[in-house]
Amino acid sequence: MDLMEYQGKQFFASFGIPVSPGGVADTVDEAVAAAEAAGYPVVVKAQVMVGGRGKAGGVKLANNVDELREHAGNILGLDIKGHIVRRLWIENASDIAEEYYASFTLDRSAKKHLGMLSAEGGVEIEQVAVDNPDAIAKIWVDPVDGLTDAQAREWVAAAKLNPQAVEGAVAILKLLYTAYTEGDADLTEINPLILKPTGEVHALDAKVTLDNNAAFRHEWAEFEATQERDSREQAAHEADLQYVGLDGSVGIIANGAGLAMSTLDVVNQVGGSPANFLDVGGGADAEKFVNALTIIDNDPLVKSIFINIFGGITRGEEVANGIIAALGQIDISSPIVIRLDGTNADEGRALLEPHLGDKLRMEPTMLDAARTVVALANA
Amino acid sequence: MAIFVDENTKVIYQGLTGSQGRYYGLLNRDYGTQVVAGTNPKKAGTDVDGIPVYASVADAVAATGATASCIFIPAAGVKSAVMEAAEGGVEFIVCITEGVPAQDEAWFFNKLKRDFPNVRLLGPNCPGIISPGKCNIGITAGHIAKEAEPGATNVGIVSRSGTLTYQALYELKLQGIGVTTCVGIGGDPVPGTSFIDCLQAFEADPETHAIMMIGEIGGSAEEEAAEFIRSSVTKPISAYIAGQTAPAGKKMGHAGAIVSGGKGTAAAKMEALEAAGVKVGANPTEAGELMVEIVKGLSA
Repeated sequence: MDLMEYQGKQFFASFGIPVSPGGVADTVDEAVAAAEAAGYPVVVKAQVMVGGRGKAGGVKLANNVDELREHAGNILGLDIKGHIVRRLWIENASDIAEEYYASFTLDRSAKKHLGMLSAEGGVEIEQVAVDNPDAIAKIWVDPVDGLTDAQAREWVAAAKLNPQAVEGAVAILKLLYTAYTEGDADLTEINPLILKPTGEVHALDAKVTLDNNAAFRHEWAEFEATQERDSREQAAHEADLQYVGLDGSVGIIANGAGLAMSTLDVVNQVGGSPANFLDVGGGADAEKFVNALTIIDNDPLVKSIFINIFGGITRGEEVANGIIAALGQIDISSPIVIRLDGTNADEGRALLEPHLGDKLRMEPTMLDAARTVVALANA
Repeated sequence: MAIFVDENTKVIYQGLTGSQGRYYGLLNRDYGTQVVAGTNPKKAGTDVDGIPVYASVADAVAATGATASCIFIPAAGVKSAVMEAAEGGVEFIVCITEGVPAQDEAWFFNKLKRDFPNVRLLGPNCPGIISPGKCNIGITAGHIAKEAEPGATNVGIVSRSGTLTYQALYELKLQGIGVTTCVGIGGDPVPGTSFIDCLQAFEADPETHAIMMIGEIGGSAEEEAAEFIRSSVTKPISAYIAGQTAPAGKKMGHAGAIVSGGKGTAAAKMEALEAAGVKVGANPTEAGELMVEIVKGLSA
């Protein structure tokens, strides 16, 4: 789960990482109140889950209440790359002497935590990594040991930060590591991490991705409530289905994430374009198919639906009965093509046989089914 | 022969008294796996359909001589369950549970490596392992796999995806090809057992003649495997990578399957494997057909 900037800052603050004083505003009046509490001058920042806010006019400096009203009014409702701004973060503007970059994430190859620190922050760090990789000091932390003070100091020295920033940086990096591990984040990133002319070090931005698998041990309901999902994804989320919306015309239902991904591949290979990824998981109860089929059929782009099932422990006749029951409960407008294979596939196919027609077809292999479903979508 | 588990493997089920643990534990026993014990501190002294339940893995090992453990514990308890298994004295741990926090996985992977270097962890978030005809630990349907036969050309399978693994087993069975061992390493960010671990074991196993590999987008495990194949694997391999057309930056169900910044794409993985001499199929069926050709070539 990706957090918005203001949520990331609240998350950082809860671990003691210094961030600018500020507040959230959904209206111009709320923005005025937040600015007065934070103290002018303030920065007005659009809260949307997309990069390039500044270039799109979503970040403005306000020196007084008149400027604030103007900027807040302009930014609220602004469309930034398809994301409508509904919330602002108003914070006290910081004087900046230098801008750094700092982050923690998992290095899947090394199977250790990777910290990255650079004196060249405030810009596209990926570009720095390409143009001047030596400018990024890396550290690999063994999760069992954690980040020690000595390690943090060595790391900061390697990044060649301004000597004035060293103590503050060491303190923040240790807190950033704690936020990353104890906070169950997949990513904690500060860009820029700033040195103020007064010598303090401070997080000016916050990019945080939380590990949804760890939600059981945290209070993340508020973060969860602001997740941006399209209506299809929201419906799937409520039905507890693994769903990702795409923009093609072939609806996809498969059991297992690997098979679902593979189904997208095959549909593409025969000239079609998938409308979604949907993993119904194991088991075969009718309700799951009802939910999955309803979500897909409500998608106006969908022209045909591919149900791709490979029976393992769940037997073919159980899956067939689940699908038949689901089709008895709802009316699906797009034609459906089924491929059923694996355990007791013959029994399952025999059960489906009497229900076949223009609305429901069956093919023996994944490739045959993909060709048929794509032909129907393109018809 | 088989890798990691065989007919002599005695298995403890942590979570045998839960609904999933009981269901699969009994299915695995029906298959012929030596399911010797379950654990539950609150139900020690009871049994599940005749399988004795002990308070801890250590107690179960002492009483039964078990060498492996299979974890069906909810995600929140997996970190302590893995450590309990290692401290209890088993040498092979299979963790089926999905949804384990990545921070926990990174922690116990490194803890095991340091304090229990001889213990192998498979998973979390994996379908388990099956050496057909000998031992089935986890959620794979045993009857879709054909036993390896002495004198025949047999295949070893290693996969990051559950259903695609079943499909591979099934297609090989339809072609009359036996499998020595099929290892589902799972799709999580820090898998206990990697492609390389399995490739190394299959290379060393005299009964495995060819290897089938099923990968996924995200991470760099397949690229690392390609490097290893180039330097250290002589047996022929066919492969399939799922997610060739997955859009960048989208998470597709498996925590591991994320593409970002051009790294970990299916195209990059397929290219790396092909450069290492692996026959790569465009879809699972094609990878299966390539394996059939390999087996026919070896049998000729």
